[in-house]
Amino acid sequence: MSDISQTPAPKRSIWSRHKIFETNSIIMILGVLVVISIGGLVEIAPLFYLKSTIEKVDGMRPYTPLELAGRAIYVREGCYNCHSQMIRPLRDEVERYGPYSLAAESMYDKPFQWGSKRTGPDLARVGGKYSDDWHLQHLNTPRQIVPQSIMPGYPFLAKTDLEYGDIGTAMKVQSFTGIPYSAAMMESAIDDLRAQTDPDHPKAADFAKRYPKANVRDFDGNPQRITEADALIAYLQVLGTLVDFKTYDNKANLR
Amino acid sequence: MASHDHNHDIDAVSGTATTGHVWDDIRELNTPLPRWWLWTFYLTILWSIGYWIVYPAWPLIANHTRGVFGYSSRAEVAVELQQLESVRDRQAAALRTASVDDIRNDPTLLRMATARGRAAFGDNCAGCHNQGGSGVGVFPNLTDDEWIWGGKLADIQTTIRHGIRWEQDANSRAGQMLAFGRTGVLKPAEIETVVEYVRSIAKLDVANGADLAAGTKLYADNCASCHGEKAKGNPELGAPDLTDAIWLYGSSRAAMVESIANGRAGVMPAWGSRLDEVTIKSLTVYVHSLGGGQK
Repeated sequence: MSDISQTPAPKRSIWSRHKIFETNSIIMILGVLVVISIGGLVEIAPLFYLKSTIEKVDGMRPYTPLELAGRAIYVREGCYNCHSQMIRPLRDEVERYGPYSLAAESMYDKPFQWGSKRTGPDLARVGGKYSDDWHLQHLNTPRQIVPQSIMPGYPFLAKTDLEYGDIGTAMKVQSFTGIPYSAAMMESAIDDLRAQTDPDHPKAADFAKRYPKANVRDFDGNPQRITEADALIAYLQVLGTLVDFKTYDNKANLR
Repeated sequence: MASHDHNHDIDAVSGTATTGHVWDDIRELNTPLPRWWLWTFYLTILWSIGYWIVYPAWPLIANHTRGVFGYSSRAEVAVELQQLESVRDRQAAALRTASVDDIRNDPTLLRMATARGRAAFGDNCAGCHNQGGSGVGVFPNLTDDEWIWGGKLADIQTTIRHGIRWEQDANSRAGQMLAFGRTGVLKPAEIETVVEYVRSIAKLDVANGADLAAGTKLYADNCASCHGEKAKGNPELGAPDLTDAIWLYGSSRAAMVESIANGRAGVMPAWGSRLDEVTIKSLTVYVHSLGGGQK
């Protein structure tokens, strides 16, 4: 090293100046950071200001407290390791699953669950494709319903009470990242969560007003308890159902 | 110490120039990159410039560069889907306008619709009704001739289009098996009595000393209005035939008691909002052809 510092520098071309990077690790790291940031600025930053990034759609709303809790279970159990939530604009996928996924449909998903490992079927539009009872039985014992399935069973979900005491806080965290939960939504989170599992709940009307098009029923066939299966099935049943495709302008969003 | 002049420092062993970098007396050879590699690298740079021109690439202030051909993956899939439709139309455009009965009576249309129905069944129905419609658990077998909601073409079409007890569809099939036990209409002992009567008409084993006369009366008072005097069922109400050997929820005493005590309310999604009409007609014809379709 010392030899280099003593080297006299007669007539150096610009290419030889990289020596300063090669001999100083800190400068090298800074240089790498600058180069990567340029890539990031060009590729990522425009998505935040370009209006065409997120399509204009009707019907999207943030997840209800119960759906949000179900989503947390989806993440906890690693469902994304086998299931994507991204119908690509490919003919065969559109034929099988329905309209390809829009960016708008993930705008309240933080973090998004697009996934890329497609061991199981895509779940972006699984909402309304099966009955609650099917989901419950399938989560409990997948192969009893779909003999060729290789999905593991999750029988404990229907036996485990959902912990939802902190769901309001979870919504607050989501609101920090830009999910438009109102103060009223966060305050009444627990009531709303209970109201979604019980059509006769005294706050059912308030809940329906706050979360249009929400499914309100007992999801796991056990009205006495609110279980993790209630939350997960409520989440699965809303996937891909919110955007109103009758009012969606496909031609305005070609890309 | 070695000299550090770039141009003159030739490694004695290999005869290659060195970079002039020396660490602990170890010098770094400046072996030139293979030409083929270097030129491939330059070519990829050229390729990327071409790519920027041809395809959508650079973000701008309000939009992004569209590329010279205005390529769009979404437009492409729309074209592909349209091509698919036109191929299908070439084979059987009449499927669009034909009724399910027309399709049934036209061998060409029937063949096309059955093929389409089979494919759509695999994508949408087999999850519950199993491959080939053989049913699984509480999801009915579609290959036999027992139909809870009717097995005529029109019945099957209505069931597929509107589903069964599907909340989002106002025209969904909506029969109710009441929870006779939970609501207190029948006492536990009465439920057991009527179960024995139903077992007797279904030719299942009956408990010794069962009071079939009392069971007959309980049946007539509570069950006959939906399941019929002769217990042959009523597809208008989704009340199944109780005299045959098909028991969706099981024919054990416990299962029958549970059915009467807490009711049953199987759910099927409405497909009218998910699938197009031609697919629904094709599914109808396919399901009808599985074995038990009624005239």
